[in-house]
Amino acid sequence: MTDAPFDPARWRPASFLPDEDARDPALLFVIGVLCFLACLTALGVIAADRAASGWSSQLRSEATVIVRAQGGETPDAAAARAAEVLAGVAGVSEARALEKEKAYELIRPWLGDVAADLDDLPVPRLVAVGLDRRKPATAATLSAALKGQGLDAVVDDHSVWLKDIRHAAGVVRWTGVVIFLLIAGAAGAVVAYATRAGLAARRDVVEVLHLTGAEDAQIANLFELRFARVAAIAGAAGALAAGGLGVVLRLIGGGDGITPALPIAWIDLLAVLPCPVLAAIVAAVAARLTARRLIRQL
Amino acid sequence: MRYGRGPEVLSDVSLSLPRGSFHFVTGPSGAGKSSLLKLIYLAARPSSGAVRLFGEDVTTLGGGDLPRIRRRIGVVFQDLLLLDHLSAFDNTALPLRIAGHKPSEYRNDVAELLTWVGLGQRMNALPPTLAGGEKQRLAIARAVVARPEILLADEPTGNVDHEMALRIYRLFVELNRLGTTVIIATHDQDLVARSARPVLHLDKGRLRPLPPQGPAA
Repeated sequence: MTDAPFDPARWRPASFLPDEDARDPALLFVIGVLCFLACLTALGVIAADRAASGWSSQLRSEATVIVRAQGGETPDAAAARAAEVLAGVAGVSEARALEKEKAYELIRPWLGDVAADLDDLPVPRLVAVGLDRRKPATAATLSAALKGQGLDAVVDDHSVWLKDIRHAAGVVRWTGVVIFLLIAGAAGAVVAYATRAGLAARRDVVEVLHLTGAEDAQIANLFELRFARVAAIAGAAGALAAGGLGVVLRLIGGGDGITPALPIAWIDLLAVLPCPVLAAIVAAVAARLTARRLIRQL
Repeated sequence: MRYGRGPEVLSDVSLSLPRGSFHFVTGPSGAGKSSLLKLIYLAARPSSGAVRLFGEDVTTLGGGDLPRIRRRIGVVFQDLLLLDHLSAFDNTALPLRIAGHKPSEYRNDVAELLTWVGLGQRMNALPPTLAGGEKQRLAIARAVVARPEILLADEPTGNVDHEMALRIYRLFVELNRLGTTVIIATHDQDLVARSARPVLHLDKGRLRPLPPQGPAA
Protein backbone atom coordinates (compact mmCIF):
# COMPACT_ATOMS: atom_id res chain seq x y z
CA MET A 1 0.00 0.00 0.00
CA THR A 2 1.36 3.45 -0.88
CA ASP A 3 0.24 6.92 0.09
CA ALA A 4 -0.14 10.06 -1.98
CA PRO A 5 3.26 11.38 -3.14
CA PHE A 6 5.03 13.10 -0.27
CA ASP A 7 7.15 16.13 -0.98
CA PRO A 8 9.71 16.69 1.79
CA ALA A 9 10.23 20.25 0.58
CA ARG A 10 6.63 21.05 1.51
CA TRP A 11 6.72 19.26 4.83
CA ARG A 12 5.82 21.26 7.92
CA PRO A 13 6.59 19.84 11.36
CA ALA A 14 3.48 18.50 13.06
CA SER A 15 2.64 19.17 16.69
CA PHE A 16 4.22 16.73 19.10
CA LEU A 17 0.87 16.47 20.86
CA PRO A 18 -2.16 15.10 19.00
CA ASP A 19 -4.27 17.89 17.57
CA GLU A 20 -7.52 16.32 18.68
CA ASP A 21 -6.52 16.93 22.32
CA ALA A 22 -6.79 20.67 21.67
CA ARG A 23 -10.43 20.37 20.65
CA ASP A 24 -11.82 19.30 24.00
CA PRO A 25 -15.33 20.86 23.89
CA ALA A 26 -15.88 20.56 27.64
CA LEU A 27 -12.72 22.54 28.40
CA LEU A 28 -13.59 25.15 25.79
CA PHE A 29 -17.08 25.51 27.25
CA VAL A 30 -15.95 25.84 30.87
CA ILE A 31 -13.25 28.41 30.12
CA GLY A 32 -15.62 30.24 27.78
CA VAL A 33 -18.28 30.49 30.51
CA LEU A 34 -15.71 31.68 33.05
CA CYS A 35 -14.48 34.33 30.62
CA PHE A 36 -18.07 35.38 29.95
CA LEU A 37 -18.65 35.83 33.69
CA ALA A 38 -15.35 37.68 34.09
CA CYS A 39 -16.28 40.08 31.30
CA LEU A 40 -19.73 40.67 32.80
CA THR A 41 -18.07 41.40 36.14
CA ALA A 42 -15.74 43.88 34.48
CA LEU A 43 -18.65 45.59 32.70
CA GLY A 44 -20.65 45.69 35.94
CA VAL A 45 -17.80 47.24 37.89
CA ILE A 46 -17.16 49.84 35.19
CA ALA A 47 -20.85 50.74 35.02
CA ALA A 48 -21.10 50.97 38.81
CA ASP A 49 -18.01 53.14 38.90
CA ARG A 50 -19.46 55.42 36.27
CA ALA A 51 -22.74 55.67 38.17
CA ALA A 52 -20.90 56.51 41.39
CA SER A 53 -18.79 59.15 39.60
CA GLY A 54 -21.92 60.70 38.13
CA TRP A 55 -23.68 60.88 41.47
CA SER A 56 -20.57 62.20 43.21
CA SER A 57 -20.06 64.85 40.57
CA GLN A 58 -23.67 65.94 40.81
CA LEU A 59 -23.56 66.07 44.60
CA ARG A 60 -20.24 67.90 44.64
CA SER A 61 -21.69 70.64 42.47
CA GLU A 62 -24.62 71.29 44.76
CA ALA A 63 -25.22 72.37 48.33
CA THR A 64 -28.38 73.00 50.28
CA VAL A 65 -28.69 75.74 52.86
CA ILE A 66 -31.39 75.74 55.53
CA VAL A 67 -32.21 79.25 56.62
CA ARG A 68 -34.07 80.10 59.81
CA ALA A 69 -35.60 83.52 60.12
CA GLN A 70 -34.48 85.62 63.06
CA GLY A 71 -36.03 88.65 64.72
CA GLY A 72 -38.81 90.20 62.71
CA GLU A 73 -37.56 88.91 59.38
CA THR A 74 -39.94 86.60 57.54
CA PRO A 75 -38.65 83.17 56.45
CA ASP A 76 -39.05 84.16 52.80
CA ALA A 77 -37.10 87.39 53.27
CA ALA A 78 -34.32 85.55 55.15
CA ALA A 79 -34.10 82.95 52.39
CA ALA A 80 -33.96 85.63 49.69
CA ARG A 81 -31.22 87.48 51.55
CA ALA A 82 -29.25 84.25 52.06
CA ALA A 83 -29.51 83.50 48.35
CA GLU A 84 -28.24 86.95 47.53
CA VAL A 85 -25.30 86.58 49.94
CA LEU A 86 -24.41 83.13 48.65
CA ALA A 87 -24.58 84.23 45.00
CA GLY A 88 -21.74 86.61 45.72
CA VAL A 89 -19.41 84.01 47.22
CA ALA A 90 -16.51 82.84 45.01
CA GLY A 91 -17.06 79.27 43.85
CA VAL A 92 -20.86 79.62 43.72
CA SER A 93 -22.41 79.60 40.28
CA GLU A 94 -26.01 79.97 41.35
CA ALA A 95 -28.06 80.43 44.53
CA ARG A 96 -31.83 80.23 44.54
CA ALA A 97 -34.30 80.38 47.42
CA LEU A 98 -36.81 77.56 47.09
CA GLU A 99 -40.50 78.27 47.36
CA LYS A 100 -42.06 77.58 50.71
CA GLU A 101 -44.01 74.70 49.19
CA LYS A 102 -40.72 72.87 48.71
CA ALA A 103 -39.94 73.28 52.37
CA TYR A 104 -43.43 72.01 53.24
CA GLU A 105 -42.88 69.02 50.99
CA LEU A 106 -39.76 68.12 52.93
CA ILE A 107 -41.51 68.11 56.31
CA ARG A 108 -44.78 66.60 55.12
CA PRO A 109 -43.65 63.02 55.97
CA TRP A 110 -43.35 64.02 59.62
CA LEU A 111 -46.26 66.44 60.02
CA GLY A 112 -48.72 65.09 57.52
CA ASP A 113 -50.91 67.13 55.18
CA VAL A 114 -51.13 70.27 57.30
CA ALA A 115 -49.80 72.80 54.83
CA ALA A 116 -52.68 75.15 55.46
CA ASP A 117 -51.59 75.63 59.05
CA LEU A 118 -47.89 75.88 58.36
CA ASP A 119 -47.89 79.61 57.76
CA ASP A 120 -48.10 80.00 61.51
CA LEU A 121 -45.04 77.81 62.07
CA PRO A 122 -41.47 79.06 61.67
CA VAL A 123 -40.63 76.53 58.99
CA PRO A 124 -37.07 77.03 57.76
CA ARG A 125 -36.58 77.87 54.10
CA LEU A 126 -34.20 76.19 51.72
CA VAL A 127 -31.67 77.76 49.39
CA ALA A 128 -30.35 75.60 46.55
CA VAL A 129 -26.76 76.47 45.78
CA GLY A 130 -25.05 75.55 42.53
CA LEU A 131 -21.28 75.27 42.95
CA ASP A 132 -18.53 75.92 40.45
CA ARG A 133 -17.51 72.42 39.25
CA ARG A 134 -13.87 73.36 38.90
CA LYS A 135 -13.38 75.30 42.10
CA PRO A 136 -16.41 74.76 44.33
CA ALA A 137 -16.85 76.88 47.46
CA THR A 138 -16.50 74.88 50.66
CA ALA A 139 -19.21 74.50 53.28
CA ALA A 140 -17.06 76.53 55.69
CA THR A 141 -16.83 79.43 53.22
CA LEU A 142 -20.57 79.45 52.70
CA SER A 143 -21.25 79.29 56.45
CA ALA A 144 -18.83 82.14 57.11
CA ALA A 145 -20.45 84.32 54.45
CA LEU A 146 -23.93 83.69 55.87
CA LYS A 147 -22.81 84.25 59.44
CA GLY A 148 -21.11 87.47 58.38
CA GLN A 149 -24.49 88.78 57.24
CA GLY A 150 -26.21 87.75 60.47
CA LEU A 151 -28.09 84.84 58.96
CA ASP A 152 -28.93 81.74 60.98
CA ALA A 153 -28.27 79.00 58.46
CA VAL A 154 -26.95 75.47 58.18
CA VAL A 155 -25.00 74.45 55.08
CA ASP A 156 -25.31 70.88 53.84
CA ASP A 157 -22.65 70.21 51.20
CA HIS A 158 -23.77 66.55 50.86
CA SER A 159 -20.43 65.33 52.21
CA VAL A 160 -22.15 62.51 54.13
CA TRP A 161 -23.79 61.27 50.94
CA LEU A 162 -20.56 61.65 49.01
CA LYS A 163 -18.71 59.59 51.58
CA ASP A 164 -21.34 56.85 51.39
CA ILE A 165 -21.26 56.83 47.60
CA ARG A 166 -17.47 56.67 47.52
CA HIS A 167 -17.56 53.86 50.06
CA ALA A 168 -20.18 51.95 48.09
CA ALA A 169 -18.24 52.45 44.86
CA GLY A 170 -15.10 51.15 46.56
CA VAL A 171 -16.93 48.09 47.85
CA VAL A 172 -18.31 47.36 44.37
CA ARG A 173 -14.88 47.83 42.81
CA TRP A 174 -13.09 45.54 45.23
CA THR A 175 -15.89 42.98 45.08
CA GLY A 176 -15.41 43.00 41.32
CA VAL A 177 -11.68 42.50 41.71
CA VAL A 178 -12.21 39.59 44.11
CA ILE A 179 -14.76 37.98 41.77
CA PHE A 180 -12.38 38.51 38.87
CA LEU A 181 -9.53 36.86 40.78
CA LEU A 182 -11.79 33.98 41.82
CA ILE A 183 -12.77 33.42 38.20
CA ALA A 184 -9.13 33.59 37.10
CA GLY A 185 -8.26 31.12 39.86
CA ALA A 186 -11.07 28.80 38.77
CA ALA A 187 -9.88 29.00 35.16
CA GLY A 188 -6.34 28.24 36.28
CA ALA A 189 -7.55 25.26 38.31
CA VAL A 190 -9.53 23.93 35.34
CA VAL A 191 -6.48 24.22 33.10
CA ALA A 192 -4.27 22.59 35.75
CA TYR A 193 -6.72 19.70 35.91
CA ALA A 194 -6.81 19.46 32.12
CA THR A 195 -3.01 19.55 31.98
CA ARG A 196 -2.81 16.73 34.51
CA ALA A 197 -5.32 14.72 32.47
CA GLY A 198 -3.49 15.57 29.25
CA LEU A 199 -0.16 14.44 30.66
CA ALA A 200 -1.68 11.23 31.95
CA ALA A 201 -3.35 10.55 28.61
CA ARG A 202 -0.19 11.32 26.64
CA ARG A 203 2.34 9.76 28.96
CA ASP A 204 3.59 7.69 26.01
CA VAL A 205 4.36 10.84 24.04
CA VAL A 206 6.08 12.44 27.03
CA GLU A 207 8.15 9.30 27.54
CA VAL A 208 9.30 9.22 23.91
CA LEU A 209 10.14 12.92 23.96
CA HIS A 210 12.09 12.47 27.20
CA LEU A 211 14.05 9.49 25.93
CA THR A 212 14.78 11.28 22.68
CA GLY A 213 16.41 14.12 24.58
CA ALA A 214 13.64 16.64 25.20
CA GLU A 215 14.08 18.89 28.21
CA ASP A 216 11.35 19.21 30.82
CA ALA A 217 10.81 22.82 29.73
CA GLN A 218 10.34 21.78 26.09
CA ILE A 219 7.64 19.30 27.06
CA ALA A 220 5.99 21.75 29.46
CA ASN A 221 6.00 24.32 26.64
CA LEU A 222 3.90 22.00 24.49
CA PHE A 223 1.15 21.89 27.12
CA GLU A 224 1.56 25.59 27.89
CA LEU A 225 1.08 26.63 24.27
CA ARG A 226 -1.75 24.20 23.75
CA PHE A 227 -3.79 25.37 26.71
CA ALA A 228 -2.96 29.02 26.07
CA ARG A 229 -4.42 28.62 22.59
CA VAL A 230 -7.51 26.82 23.89
CA ALA A 231 -8.02 29.52 26.54
CA ALA A 232 -7.55 32.31 23.99
CA ILE A 233 -10.25 30.79 21.77
CA ALA A 234 -12.59 30.23 24.71
CA GLY A 235 -11.77 33.72 26.02
CA ALA A 236 -12.65 35.26 22.66
CA ALA A 237 -15.96 33.39 22.65
CA GLY A 238 -16.74 34.45 26.23
CA ALA A 239 -15.78 38.05 25.52
CA LEU A 240 -17.89 38.08 22.37
CA ALA A 241 -20.91 36.76 24.29
CA ALA A 242 -20.44 39.29 27.11
CA GLY A 243 -19.87 42.10 24.62
CA GLY A 244 -23.03 41.04 22.76
CA LEU A 245 -25.01 41.09 25.98
CA GLY A 246 -23.56 44.52 26.75
CA VAL A 247 -24.74 45.79 23.36
CA VAL A 248 -28.25 44.47 24.02
CA LEU A 249 -28.35 46.08 27.48
CA ARG A 250 -27.09 49.34 26.05
CA LEU A 251 -29.67 49.31 23.26
CA ILE A 252 -32.71 48.39 25.34
CA GLY A 253 -31.71 50.68 28.18
CA GLY A 254 -31.91 53.95 26.31
CA GLY A 255 -29.29 56.66 26.54
CA ASP A 256 -28.25 55.79 30.03
CA GLY A 257 -28.10 52.06 29.63
CA ILE A 258 -30.28 49.39 31.17
CA THR A 259 -31.04 51.54 34.19
CA PRO A 260 -29.85 54.94 35.34
CA ALA A 261 -28.32 53.14 38.31
CA LEU A 262 -25.98 51.05 36.15
CA PRO A 263 -25.19 52.96 32.97
CA ILE A 264 -23.20 51.13 30.29
CA ALA A 265 -21.44 53.28 27.73
CA TRP A 266 -20.38 52.04 24.32
CA ILE A 267 -16.75 52.54 25.23
CA ASP A 268 -17.19 50.24 28.25
CA LEU A 269 -17.63 47.33 25.86
CA LEU A 270 -13.95 47.65 24.97
CA ALA A 271 -13.22 46.23 28.43
CA VAL A 272 -13.91 42.72 27.10
CA LEU A 273 -11.11 42.99 24.52
CA PRO A 274 -8.20 41.92 26.78
CA CYS A 275 -10.14 38.82 27.88
CA PRO A 276 -8.63 36.35 25.36
CA VAL A 277 -5.11 37.53 26.18
CA LEU A 278 -5.68 37.37 29.93
CA ALA A 279 -7.28 33.93 29.61
CA ALA A 280 -4.31 32.73 27.57
CA ILE A 281 -1.86 34.06 30.16
CA VAL A 282 -3.73 32.44 33.06
CA ALA A 283 -3.94 29.14 31.17
CA ALA A 284 -0.29 29.25 30.12
CA VAL A 285 0.91 29.88 33.66
CA ALA A 286 -1.34 27.18 35.12
CA ALA A 287 -0.34 24.64 32.46
CA ARG A 288 3.35 25.44 32.78
CA LEU A 289 3.43 25.13 36.56
CA THR A 290 1.40 21.91 36.53
CA ALA A 291 3.27 20.30 33.64
CA ARG A 292 6.72 21.09 35.04
CA ARG A 293 5.82 19.72 38.45
CA LEU A 294 4.32 16.53 37.02
CA ILE A 295 7.08 15.96 34.47
CA ARG A 296 9.68 16.18 37.23
CA GLN A 297 7.84 13.38 39.03
CA LEU A 298 7.76 11.08 35.99
CA MET B 1 19.65 -3.33 39.52
CA ARG B 2 16.04 -3.95 40.52
CA TYR B 3 12.69 -2.37 39.69
CA GLY B 4 11.13 -1.01 42.86
CA ARG B 5 11.18 -3.75 45.47
CA GLY B 6 11.24 -6.52 42.90
CA PRO B 7 13.96 -9.11 42.43
CA GLU B 8 17.38 -8.13 41.17
CA VAL B 9 17.36 -8.16 37.35
CA LEU B 10 21.05 -7.37 36.93
CA SER B 11 23.76 -8.17 39.41
CA ASP B 12 27.53 -7.85 39.43
CA VAL B 13 27.45 -6.48 35.90
CA SER B 14 30.70 -4.71 35.23
CA LEU B 15 31.78 -3.79 31.74
CA SER B 16 33.55 -1.10 29.84
CA LEU B 17 32.90 -0.61 26.13
CA PRO B 18 35.46 1.32 24.11
CA ARG B 19 34.27 4.22 21.97
CA GLY B 20 33.53 3.01 18.47
CA SER B 21 33.06 -0.64 19.46
CA PHE B 22 30.29 -2.97 18.26
CA HIS B 23 28.73 -5.46 20.66
CA PHE B 24 25.84 -7.83 20.71
CA VAL B 25 23.97 -8.53 23.93
CA THR B 26 22.45 -11.96 23.96
CA GLY B 27 20.70 -14.15 26.44
CA PRO B 28 17.35 -15.82 27.06
CA SER B 29 14.19 -13.83 27.67
CA GLY B 30 14.26 -12.22 31.10
CA ALA B 31 18.04 -12.38 31.31
CA GLY B 32 18.26 -8.59 31.69
CA LYS B 33 19.17 -7.49 28.15
CA SER B 34 16.59 -4.70 28.00
CA SER B 35 17.42 -3.61 31.55
CA LEU B 36 21.08 -3.29 30.64
CA LEU B 37 20.15 -1.12 27.65
CA LYS B 38 17.81 0.97 29.83
CA LEU B 39 20.68 1.73 32.14
CA ILE B 40 22.69 2.97 29.18
CA TYR B 41 19.95 5.05 27.59
CA LEU B 42 19.10 6.54 30.96
CA ALA B 43 15.59 5.19 31.29
CA ALA B 44 16.55 3.56 34.58
CA ARG B 45 19.08 4.11 37.32
CA PRO B 46 21.03 1.32 38.97
CA SER B 47 19.98 0.55 42.53
CA SER B 48 23.68 0.39 43.31
CA GLY B 49 26.81 0.94 41.29
CA ALA B 50 27.49 3.52 38.63
CA VAL B 51 27.08 4.07 34.90
CA ARG B 52 29.64 6.22 33.12
CA LEU B 53 28.93 7.59 29.66
CA PHE B 54 31.15 9.93 27.66
CA GLY B 55 33.43 10.21 30.67
CA GLU B 56 30.65 11.27 33.07
CA ASP B 57 29.05 9.40 35.93
CA VAL B 58 25.46 9.68 34.70
CA THR B 59 24.00 8.08 37.82
CA THR B 60 24.70 11.26 39.75
CA LEU B 61 23.43 13.67 37.10
CA GLY B 62 20.32 15.73 37.82
CA GLY B 63 17.26 15.55 35.57
CA GLY B 64 18.28 18.74 33.82
CA ASP B 65 21.52 17.19 32.55
CA LEU B 66 20.00 14.01 31.13
CA PRO B 67 18.70 15.48 27.81
CA ARG B 68 22.25 16.55 26.91
CA ILE B 69 23.43 12.94 27.26
CA ARG B 70 20.32 11.38 25.70
CA ARG B 71 20.75 13.44 22.54
CA ARG B 72 24.03 11.65 21.94
CA ILE B 73 22.33 8.26 22.10
CA GLY B 74 20.04 6.67 19.51
CA VAL B 75 17.70 3.93 20.65
CA VAL B 76 15.60 1.35 18.84
CA PHE B 77 13.18 0.45 21.61
CA GLN B 78 11.93 -3.08 21.94
CA ASP B 79 8.31 -1.87 21.77
CA LEU B 80 9.37 0.75 19.18
CA LEU B 81 7.61 3.68 20.94
CA LEU B 82 6.52 5.34 17.70
CA LEU B 83 4.15 8.27 18.02
CA ASP B 84 0.95 7.14 16.33
CA HIS B 85 -0.33 10.64 15.55
CA LEU B 86 2.84 11.61 13.68
CA SER B 87 3.69 10.63 10.12
CA ALA B 88 6.68 8.42 9.41
CA PHE B 89 8.53 11.55 8.34
CA ASP B 90 7.67 13.40 11.56
CA ASN B 91 8.58 10.38 13.68
CA THR B 92 11.96 10.13 12.00
CA ALA B 93 12.65 13.85 12.32
CA LEU B 94 11.77 13.84 16.03
CA PRO B 95 15.32 13.72 17.50
CA LEU B 96 16.48 16.47 15.15
CA ARG B 97 13.54 18.71 16.03
CA ILE B 98 14.08 18.15 19.74
CA ALA B 99 17.75 19.02 19.32
CA GLY B 100 16.64 22.33 17.81
CA HIS B 101 17.64 21.85 14.18
CA LYS B 102 15.77 23.74 11.48
CA PRO B 103 13.69 21.70 9.00
CA SER B 104 15.73 23.05 6.10
CA GLU B 105 18.83 21.45 7.63
CA TYR B 106 17.51 17.92 7.77
CA ARG B 107 14.45 17.37 5.59
CA ASN B 108 16.47 15.92 2.71
CA ASP B 109 18.47 13.66 5.05
CA VAL B 110 15.27 12.34 6.62
CA ALA B 111 13.72 11.65 3.23
CA GLU B 112 16.89 9.92 2.06
CA LEU B 113 17.09 7.78 5.19
CA LEU B 114 13.44 6.75 4.94
CA THR B 115 13.98 5.80 1.32
CA TRP B 116 17.03 3.80 2.32
CA VAL B 117 15.07 1.77 4.91
CA GLY B 118 12.41 1.09 2.29
CA LEU B 119 9.81 3.61 3.49
CA GLY B 120 10.23 6.08 0.63
CA GLN B 121 6.61 5.56 -0.38
CA ARG B 122 5.28 5.69 3.19
CA MET B 123 6.76 8.93 4.47
CA ASN B 124 3.33 10.42 5.08
CA ALA B 125 1.86 7.27 6.61
CA LEU B 126 0.90 7.05 10.26
CA PRO B 127 2.45 4.18 12.25
CA PRO B 128 -0.87 2.36 12.83
CA THR B 129 -1.16 1.95 9.06
CA LEU B 130 2.31 0.43 8.75
CA ALA B 131 3.11 -3.27 8.80
CA GLY B 132 5.23 -4.67 11.65
CA GLY B 133 8.44 -4.67 9.65
CA GLU B 134 7.79 -1.14 8.39
CA LYS B 135 7.32 0.07 11.94
CA GLN B 136 10.57 -1.54 12.95
CA ARG B 137 12.43 0.13 10.10
CA LEU B 138 10.85 3.43 11.01
CA ALA B 139 12.04 3.05 14.61
CA ILE B 140 15.53 2.33 13.32
CA ALA B 141 15.44 5.36 11.06
CA ARG B 142 14.49 7.54 14.03
CA ALA B 143 17.29 6.06 16.13
CA VAL B 144 20.02 6.72 13.60
CA VAL B 145 18.87 9.96 11.97
CA ALA B 146 20.83 12.21 14.32
CA ARG B 147 24.00 10.13 13.87
CA PRO B 148 24.27 9.29 17.54
CA GLU B 149 27.55 8.53 19.26
CA ILE B 150 26.00 5.44 20.82
CA LEU B 151 23.33 3.36 19.12
CA LEU B 152 21.33 0.94 21.25
CA ALA B 153 18.95 -1.46 19.57
CA ASP B 154 16.69 -3.83 21.43
CA GLU B 155 15.71 -6.65 19.07
CA PRO B 156 15.94 -4.42 15.98
CA THR B 157 15.46 -7.23 13.50
CA GLY B 158 12.67 -9.06 15.32
CA ASN B 159 9.95 -8.24 12.80
CA VAL B 160 11.84 -8.06 9.53
CA ASP B 161 12.77 -10.72 7.00
CA HIS B 162 16.26 -12.05 6.71
CA GLU B 163 17.21 -9.80 3.81
CA MET B 164 16.02 -6.66 5.61
CA ALA B 165 17.75 -7.83 8.80
CA LEU B 166 21.04 -7.98 6.96
CA ARG B 167 20.41 -4.61 5.39
CA ILE B 168 19.70 -3.08 8.79
CA TYR B 169 22.78 -4.77 10.17
CA ARG B 170 24.85 -3.24 7.39
CA LEU B 171 23.45 0.19 8.32
CA PHE B 172 24.61 -0.37 11.88
CA VAL B 173 28.02 -1.46 10.61
CA GLU B 174 28.25 1.66 8.47
CA LEU B 175 27.38 3.88 11.45
CA ASN B 176 29.95 1.99 13.50
CA ARG B 177 32.54 2.59 10.84
CA LEU B 178 31.79 6.31 11.10
CA GLY B 179 32.51 6.16 14.85
CA THR B 180 29.21 5.22 16.48
CA THR B 181 29.39 2.75 19.35
CA VAL B 182 26.77 0.09 18.62
CA ILE B 183 25.13 -2.25 21.12
CA ILE B 184 22.47 -4.62 19.83
CA ALA B 185 20.39 -6.84 22.08
CA THR B 186 19.10 -9.73 20.03
CA HIS B 187 17.89 -13.30 19.94
CA ASP B 188 18.98 -13.59 16.32
CA GLN B 189 21.82 -16.08 16.69
CA ASP B 190 22.25 -16.23 12.94
CA LEU B 191 22.98 -12.51 12.82
CA VAL B 192 25.35 -12.76 15.78
CA ALA B 193 27.16 -15.68 14.20
CA ARG B 194 27.54 -13.90 10.87
CA SER B 195 28.81 -10.67 12.39
CA ALA B 196 31.90 -11.93 14.22
CA ARG B 197 31.41 -9.22 16.80
CA PRO B 198 32.02 -9.55 20.55
CA VAL B 199 29.06 -10.80 22.51
CA LEU B 200 27.91 -9.84 26.00
CA HIS B 201 25.90 -12.82 27.16
CA LEU B 202 23.48 -12.32 30.01
CA ASP B 203 22.00 -15.14 31.98
CA LYS B 204 19.78 -14.57 35.00
CA GLY B 205 21.08 -11.04 35.31
CA ARG B 206 24.74 -11.95 35.29
CA LEU B 207 27.15 -11.05 32.53
CA ARG B 208 29.29 -13.54 30.67
CA PRO B 209 31.35 -12.04 27.84
CA LEU B 210 31.77 -14.35 24.87
CA PRO B 211 34.38 -14.09 22.14
CA PRO B 212 33.30 -13.08 18.63
CA GLN B 213 31.44 -15.87 16.91
CA GLY B 214 31.60 -16.94 13.30
CA PRO B 215 32.79 -15.00 10.24
CA ALA B 216 32.16 -11.32 9.65
CA ALA B 217 29.11 -10.53 7.51
